[in-house]
Amino acid sequence: MSADGEMVVVSGLKKYFPVRKGVFARVSGYVKAVDGVSFTIGRGMTLGLVGESGCGKTTCGRTILRLMEPTAGRVTINGEEVFALPSKRLRAARRFFQIIFQDPYSSLNPRMTVEGIIAEGLKVHRMGTRAERRRKVASLLERVGLPADAAGRYPHEFSGGQRQRIGIARALAVEPVFIVCDEPVSALDVSIRAQIVNLLEDIQAETRISYLFIAHDLNLVEHISDEVAVMYLGRIVEKASAEQIYKNPLHPYTRALLAANPVVDPETKVEKIILGGDVPSPVNPPEGCHFNPRCPVGDERCKRVYPDFVEALPGHWVACWARGEAFSTKV
Amino acid sequence: MASGDTVLEVKDLRTHFFTGDGVAKAVDGVSFAVRRSRTLALVGESGCGKSVTALSIMRLVPDPPGRIVSGEVLLEGADLLRLSEREMQAVRGNRIGMVFQEPMTSLNPVFTIGNQVMESILVHRDASKADARRLALEMLRTVRIPTPEERMYSYPHELSGGQQQRVMIAIALACNPSVLIADEPTTALDVTIQSQILALLADLQARFNMAVLFITHDFAVVAQTAHDVAVMYAAKIAETAEVRALFRRALHPYTRLLFRSIPRPGAKRARLDTIKGQVPSPLDFPQACRFHPRCPIAIERCRVEEPLLRELEPGHFAACHRSEEVEELMK
Repeated sequence: MSADGEMVVVSGLKKYFPVRKGVFARVSGYVKAVDGVSFTIGRGMTLGLVGESGCGKTTCGRTILRLMEPTAGRVTINGEEVFALPSKRLRAARRFFQIIFQDPYSSLNPRMTVEGIIAEGLKVHRMGTRAERRRKVASLLERVGLPADAAGRYPHEFSGGQRQRIGIARALAVEPVFIVCDEPVSALDVSIRAQIVNLLEDIQAETRISYLFIAHDLNLVEHISDEVAVMYLGRIVEKASAEQIYKNPLHPYTRALLAANPVVDPETKVEKIILGGDVPSPVNPPEGCHFNPRCPVGDERCKRVYPDFVEALPGHWVACWARGEAFSTKV
Repeated sequence: MASGDTVLEVKDLRTHFFTGDGVAKAVDGVSFAVRRSRTLALVGESGCGKSVTALSIMRLVPDPPGRIVSGEVLLEGADLLRLSEREMQAVRGNRIGMVFQEPMTSLNPVFTIGNQVMESILVHRDASKADARRLALEMLRTVRIPTPEERMYSYPHELSGGQQQRVMIAIALACNPSVLIADEPTTALDVTIQSQILALLADLQARFNMAVLFITHDFAVVAQTAHDVAVMYAAKIAETAEVRALFRRALHPYTRLLFRSIPRPGAKRARLDTIKGQVPSPLDFPQACRFHPRCPIAIERCRVEEPLLRELEPGHFAACHRSEEVEELMK
């Protein structure tokens, strides 16, 4: 990985939500939204996190930044133990890690001007004088491709793509080293999506910032990521370089996701592995491997024991007893 | 464009919204034909008028502020725009079925699944309750709902998004319509569920010989499901062709740019092409060719003279003055 060492280290991250029932709201169980997730992201690198809705990818991103309190685990960002920081120091450390949200309509305060939104972080962290902040906002607006007169206007005056640019400018204002991008383009039109993706890539090339890029669009994740992790019911089931995971997926769930991903070419009608059933409830995940009820290659062992997450090939990790052998005929 | 097996034909449809800010020309002269057993995909970005086109066909445009200003909608030769509201009610859900994007908001939360499937049968068919129940159960089986006998008594919230969409399809097809309008039916679903639903729609189309109008913004879905494609931009059709011809050789610069802005597997880290600027507002479309401010190959003529749809190859139409040179100019 990167020679500069790891910018983000996540180990054994868990986030459980209690499920309450009855008149006395007794805790009857837990939704294991994130159930033991570990990964690292090097400086200037992008880890793509993919999975279907409800798999825990958004909760994972938010818990890492301690926007929600974790149930267990450790996270180090830029050398700081995020979960060990007392609240005052956490506040100061937040300068270094930011988030870009999916919905550019609900994530900007409608009563604040664009300048107010972008400069808010600078104010909170006491960065610069008022004049300096103003100059900074102007240069950020230019950087994300918005006109200078945007500063005095309000969010509702902008289109979805422009709002997402405002969200990016806000995140960049405090010069973070790490940004969680939570489905940053899925609410945008195709022609605008490419603009935002290019912008995020340019910024990374200039500042060597690290991204956790959460998305469900597999083609997009392959495009932007160095490494890709696939989540299913709260756990990472496969992790490898973007190239490897697309060329040689080892987990049957990854294979099914890739097969379900429609190809932008009418001449290739891909062989479809149509996955039966729905994602099971995270309150009551299936015994053994969580994927076994939908798995086309599972056997008896998969119903009893959750497979270890092992390095099946150099740099290519997978949690599956079969580890790709059951469908090796394709290789 | 119409031929012998044309089921639904739209001719020069114009639907305008009369708002306080001016006239929004949401659909402004759209023509196309959908043939038996074929799927026409109507593709475009948000605000291009594709959904309003569907609502106009069903005569469901909210009036006021909207109004179908002119045009014809021919269903098996008869103009739906001339029907009385009462006659129209016999068309909706009977001869034309419709499936919407959000199954959760389209189903009534206080009635059981069985009731809702039976309702359309009881309204349109001279059937007894027992017959309707039998037919409803049969439909749930057709759309492959597991344990349909139990599901008849379930409420919408007890079903997953994919199952709800199956119920919507069962309702839409209960009266064996000759046309199915599917407005972004898989946009709210995960990829593995999306591929299940698309496969189901293709099966049902083959079984019932339906004409399908499939509205989407996703070119990957178009490539996998459509026989014919019409690309909409700013309330008009920019290009229409058989699906393979369109993907092989798009003749409108907008279509070409859209294709290039989609990340493709294998093309990792190559920069995405973008379309400069924003989608124009229907209150204020540019003069002449509506795409010219964003077009990389626009010339003076594009600013003064509106391009009409021209048949450049058999069955392949594009509305661009420079279609003959577009391949040379946009390699």
